[in-house]
Amino acid sequence: MSHALSEGFWPGDAACTLACVLRIAHELVEAMVAHARADHPDEACGLIAGPEGTGEPKRHIPMINAARSTTFYEFDAEEWKQVYDQMWDNDEEVVVAYHSHTHTEAYPSRSDTGIASQLGLPGAHYVLVTTRDPEVAEVRSFRIADEVVTEEPIEVTGAPEAVQSYKFAHTPDSTVYDCS
Amino acid sequence: MSIEVRVPTILRSHTGNQKLVTGEGETLAELFDSLEAQHKGIKARVVTEEGSLHRFVNVYVNDEDVRFIGGLEAKLSDGDQVTILPAVAGGM
Repeated sequence: MSHALSEGFWPGDAACTLACVLRIAHELVEAMVAHARADHPDEACGLIAGPEGTGEPKRHIPMINAARSTTFYEFDAEEWKQVYDQMWDNDEEVVVAYHSHTHTEAYPSRSDTGIASQLGLPGAHYVLVTTRDPEVAEVRSFRIADEVVTEEPIEVTGAPEAVQSYKFAHTPDSTVYDCS
Repeated sequence: MSIEVRVPTILRSHTGNQKLVTGEGETLAELFDSLEAQHKGIKARVVTEEGSLHRFVNVYVNDEDVRFIGGLEAKLSDGDQVTILPAVAGGM
């Protein structure tokens, strides 16, 4: 497969092990943004699961933020076990792990990176949604491994809502990036 | 005494990519020693040098979070299922 990368844009980074783009249905982006808005000013968190081995985000699973905090999030251990068991039975895997920042930019913090590097979800796209702007949320996607954060573009499929209540940072205009 | 262990993706590099392995032990600590013998390096990912569970790992015996049933001293019975999961957490 060719790397259809426009010059000066996304390098074929070593961290792009599975894909170097997040391809996702617009309904799922809207669901993450709606969850982040609903839980504001607390941080919201959740997952999007997909069939094992495909890397395709399919099923939105909003999670409880056990920390119930404006500055920290943590999956509830009991709920996480139940969700994991369902995913196990369905032969699903975590494709997207998302959380919101309510007062800062949509970029992984030091603790986000540290915890994800220690024992994280390899292969997952770490998506950040910031709700600091009351009108327009910003959505960004990253790979996190070994304390290295690599941003990747988001490619939305389907027709987004007419009036967008979110935007993507660092998103390519048109080119489809296929790094598989 | 056989305990089935569900291995999270991040630790499958230690198990030859197996998602399900088996080990033995009367307690969780013994189980991790038994896993370490077969899957080198796995124990240190879960247990600290001081001998407690890492802060950002969740371990369950059946559906119980082991933090509430004695941590590494949690008792195991034949046929129990142990699940290891990364704690998913972070902050601004």
